Amino acid sequence: MTKGHWKEWAFQVLALMAMICTIGVLITLIVDVCMDGLPRLNWQFLTSFPSRRPAEAGILTALVGSACVVILTALFAFPIGVGAAIYLEEYAPKNWLNQIIEVNIANLAGVPSIIYGLLGLEIFVRAMHMDRSLLAGGATMALLVLPIVIISSREAVRAVPVSIREASYALGTTKWETIRYHVLPLALPGILTGTILALSRAIGEAAPLITIGALTYVAFLPDSPFSPFSILPIQIFNWTSRPQKGFLTNAAAGIVVLLIVLLLMNAVAIWLRNRYQKKYY
Amino acid sequence: MANIDTLTNKGLTVAPTGRTAAGMHDITRSRKGKRIREKFIQFILFLCGIVSIFTTLGIIYVLIFETVSFFREVSPIQFFFDTQWTPLFAEKHFGIWPLVCGTFLTSVIAMLVAMPIGILSAVYLSEYAPDRVRKSLKPSLEVLAGIPTVVYGYFALLFVTPLLKGLIPTMSGFNALSPGIVMGIMILPIVSSLSEDAMYAVPQSLREGAYALGARKIHVSFLVVVPAALSGITASFLLGVSRAIGETMIVAIAAGQQPRFTLNPIVPIETMTAYIVQVSLGDTPHGTLEYHTIFVVGMMLFVSTFALNIISHWLRKRYREAYI
Repeated sequence: MTKGHWKEWAFQVLALMAMICTIGVLITLIVDVCMDGLPRLNWQFLTSFPSRRPAEAGILTALVGSACVVILTALFAFPIGVGAAIYLEEYAPKNWLNQIIEVNIANLAGVPSIIYGLLGLEIFVRAMHMDRSLLAGGATMALLVLPIVIISSREAVRAVPVSIREASYALGTTKWETIRYHVLPLALPGILTGTILALSRAIGEAAPLITIGALTYVAFLPDSPFSPFSILPIQIFNWTSRPQKGFLTNAAAGIVVLLIVLLLMNAVAIWLRNRYQKKYY
Repeated sequence: MANIDTLTNKGLTVAPTGRTAAGMHDITRSRKGKRIREKFIQFILFLCGIVSIFTTLGIIYVLIFETVSFFREVSPIQFFFDTQWTPLFAEKHFGIWPLVCGTFLTSVIAMLVAMPIGILSAVYLSEYAPDRVRKSLKPSLEVLAGIPTVVYGYFALLFVTPLLKGLIPTMSGFNALSPGIVMGIMILPIVSSLSEDAMYAVPQSLREGAYALGARKIHVSFLVVVPAALSGITASFLLGVSRAIGETMIVAIAAGQQPRFTLNPIVPIETMTAYIVQVSLGDTPHGTLEYHTIFVVGMMLFVSTFALNIISHWLRKRYREAYI
């Protein structure tokens, strides 16, 4: 074996080892969390309010809070995001304003999530007097995921072939009718996939909502969009920062629930993509 | 006529049945209505597009407004030259350096983990890996980017730190090393997939030219492809740094809450993001000096990540233009 061969071989082994180690860390993380948390996971844990005693505590309010925030986030981010994507793909002429919008969206996607929390704190919580409500949380999260929704929706809209638009125009429809009845239905699976992935990012985020002042201890279920709330990642964060062993176990069990929720959302997104992708082309 | 009216109101085009003057009038009115509706919808969609501009303006306005309020009470000289950060104590110091140091330290550790493994995987995936291996390895790496950061925080505090304590007994329970390493693993998929994109964009002719000169694959990969993709790799590095600077929950959980002017990775420190979390968790009244401080720190974060993102964006655009 020549020296060159040896190098080729060594590099491949090294690279594969590095990646396998990294994936090994992922597996270790999941196994570690499951070993800590799975024994604690039961019906009582899912349906109990938080408590000072770890064994009686549960994630009911956090789970309901997370669900409410995600629904509100979707209600805000989906129409605005899809609207912006359609505007940029179908309408926007190439001028300085639209150039700025494009660069701006790319930059917003890179702004740290905690900065959105500061924005939400000043604008939604203080200036608009929403206080520490679900509504303020949903609006903050919507701004956070909006760039992701726009970018993925644009890709979906762009993927609809021009021939379909032309066929529609040839039948005498207007631009909006073409978009509404032909482009959007074809792009919808892609848009939904992107939106679900964006929302799954929102579910795991804790920092922006800690900043707007979401509570770590809520002993009641929200009854309106103006109720104070907690979310699952904040509950996990709170338990992780307690010294008692029981709370750490609770945190692990909470993480297992969070990972299962994320897994389900991703599964739905992948299913949607595989089910509808390429069907029309 | 009423029939056509209801149909046109629904937005359907109907051929005129009667050629009466009233009929023609109806059609023109519906066309005009349609044109107005089209304009109206376009305007609504434009408003959706411009929300992002207002988000950026909102961020900038909020940060500048609160920063100015802060500097009315604290001099910039103290902010930039004091080496203590104790706004929550009785004896207040407002030197930003300890927080910058903490952020710098965890980010450097993260990049020391993410960069070598990231580039190694990118070269392997783009130049060596058979399609089958590529298709299974890449999504597995991407999973790392989808795990919530609070989970990484738990992992850093309760798994990695005890593990490292076995190796370095003097290490404190909160430190920069463990969250830094975990953060590196989180950032890895960003570095590797962006670097891979850049290597993929290197034209085949460059590789073939090198092969024609008798080069081996490893030399082609590292002496031709990597240098040719350097601007893209740099872009991925900058984006990774920006992500590390802005990362919050991992450091808030595992790095501690003691702003310290040190580069020692085994003692508790505090990053800029962790400070914002710490203040937000306490019930700080609106308008106080403590309240202003989180926006000043936010401003530092925003400016640094924004600059990194812009340079990274520009570099990526450049390599795209260079080869396509």
